[in-house]
Amino acid sequence: MNDMNHDSYVTADGRTIGGVVMEMKNITLRFGGVVAIQDISFDIRQGEIRAIIGPNGAGKSSMLNVISGFYNPQEGDVFYHGKKRKPMRPYQVARQGIARTFQNIALFEGMSVLDNIMTGRLHQMKAGLFSQALWAGRANREEVENREAVEKIIDFLEIQSIRKTPVGRLPYGLKKRVELARALAAEPSILLLDEPMAGMNVEEKEDMSRFILDVNDEFGTTIALIEHDMGVVMDLSDRVVVMDYGKKIGDGTPDDVRNNQAVIDAYLGVAHD
Amino acid sequence: MPEQLIFGMEVFLNGLMAGVLYALVALGFVLIYKASGIFNYAQGVMALFSALTLVGIMEGQVPFGHLINAIFGTEIHGFGWHVPAFAAILLTMGVMILLAVIVQKCVFRHLVGQEPIILFMATIGLAYFLEGVGDIMWGSEIKKLDVGLPQGINTLIDETTFGWFGYGFFIDNLDIVATVIAALLVTALVIFAQYTKQGRAMRAVADDHQAALSVGISLNFVWVMVWSVAGFVALVAGIMWGTKSGVQFSLSLIALKALPVLMLGGFTSIPGAIVGGLIIGVGEKLFEFAIGPMVGGATENWFAYVLALIFLVFRPQGLFGEKIIERV
Repeated sequence: MNDMNHDSYVTADGRTIGGVVMEMKNITLRFGGVVAIQDISFDIRQGEIRAIIGPNGAGKSSMLNVISGFYNPQEGDVFYHGKKRKPMRPYQVARQGIARTFQNIALFEGMSVLDNIMTGRLHQMKAGLFSQALWAGRANREEVENREAVEKIIDFLEIQSIRKTPVGRLPYGLKKRVELARALAAEPSILLLDEPMAGMNVEEKEDMSRFILDVNDEFGTTIALIEHDMGVVMDLSDRVVVMDYGKKIGDGTPDDVRNNQAVIDAYLGVAHD
Repeated sequence: MPEQLIFGMEVFLNGLMAGVLYALVALGFVLIYKASGIFNYAQGVMALFSALTLVGIMEGQVPFGHLINAIFGTEIHGFGWHVPAFAAILLTMGVMILLAVIVQKCVFRHLVGQEPIILFMATIGLAYFLEGVGDIMWGSEIKKLDVGLPQGINTLIDETTFGWFGYGFFIDNLDIVATVIAALLVTALVIFAQYTKQGRAMRAVADDHQAALSVGISLNFVWVMVWSVAGFVALVAGIMWGTKSGVQFSLSLIALKALPVLMLGGFTSIPGAIVGGLIIGVGEKLFEFAIGPMVGGATENWFAYVLALIFLVFRPQGLFGEKIIERV
């Protein structure tokens, strides 16, 4: 890593972006003969909102799954806090402080909103089985602390009114918000959002955008998100990676990317003659 | 009070007690089904296996004794010591946890994401395998199990009811103990599932694998834990049934009685397993008492299944089961 990566800078809206937290180096991911990701490198800096965009089938979700350990790439390395990461299972990645949401929402449908968000804090609980069962000492303290943290997130995302509702009964937009809340409950150092605005109407999209910005601003959480709605991404993110057919075709600030000919071609289509 | 009614009350109470034992077996099924979607056909055999192991350890029996003798021409049958009941139960629990780890590592880890029917078939295989291992390990003769639980007629109830009705009820002490233990067990399980981190993880895994992984839950760990808990429930059931009717291989057949219990109570509900067990227990005893003599008796063999069949027609999800809604 060169020195430039450790320089922090201050954005136009006054947020401080730190050094590199995560670096993907020459990642290649194949499914049988299909190459989903081909030799892609990029990094994520402390405190920034990093977007990965691209048309359908570009390999964005695959990339997110590599970061969160659901896929292990055939080639290339993932560096987390400067250390090379061994191939890992998703739950191990989660325990390292990388939380995520899913494109198709993966919530515990049978549990209440509160219980769902509490599961986000499971690996923060250290008390033994018996003290938990007896509600004694450390377990009691932990439960109180965890509840406080969760209530703060519930307030923050404005879902107080549905705290006790079983998640299965909620409309789509609220489910997305609960999933975000659960990911936040883990107090992640990197938050991965897989198409947080997919399937939402304009109003819901605006809400979600606001929450993403607020989370980043308030908690300083580093966020990497996937989206194919260009407009939303350009407003939200500090830097953008553009993928097409498994390759990286652009990387830079929203303005850089907007003016990049390869990106324009990928999105608008180009005549091959 | 008419004599028939008094007899009926006694039958009712005995039915409740028998129901508790059915419920104990059904509980093991529900636990595994809830957490992993596997219908564990081997639950009854696990109860048998745990009872065999418990007797074996208490009597200081040499595991695989027959096999060792046959191969090496030796004549060893026992270590010659007796392990106290409490220590033996702890040791047996250790064996059941070991079994859970082996089952997860060797079988179900390789079947993640398979169709439920394949998982079910695997448990049938497991049942016969475990029965065979139990046979080779501890021998197939009927054994007496005595961990010091009280047995025989409860004189207090006998005398009290005699004072009231002029007729003493026969209630077995063992049945009363079984009821108390079952109540404790269910309370403990509910506390475990609702209020502990491990219990939350278990419910999370039962609900959605992907989501569970994303919050840092290890599926392997949770499944080993669930099989261990099911092993513990099997051990409790094994002790009760073994004390009542001796440790014999027909014990594994009581698992079949748990099936109608589950159909009544619902496969996913712990209270359902209890209530289902009680209904079957009471139902079959009362039916035998009231209708049995008219149809030549032995109704206990089929009553539970017919009741379950009726339930399947009118309420397929059981009394407490989650409603089955198929979205199209």
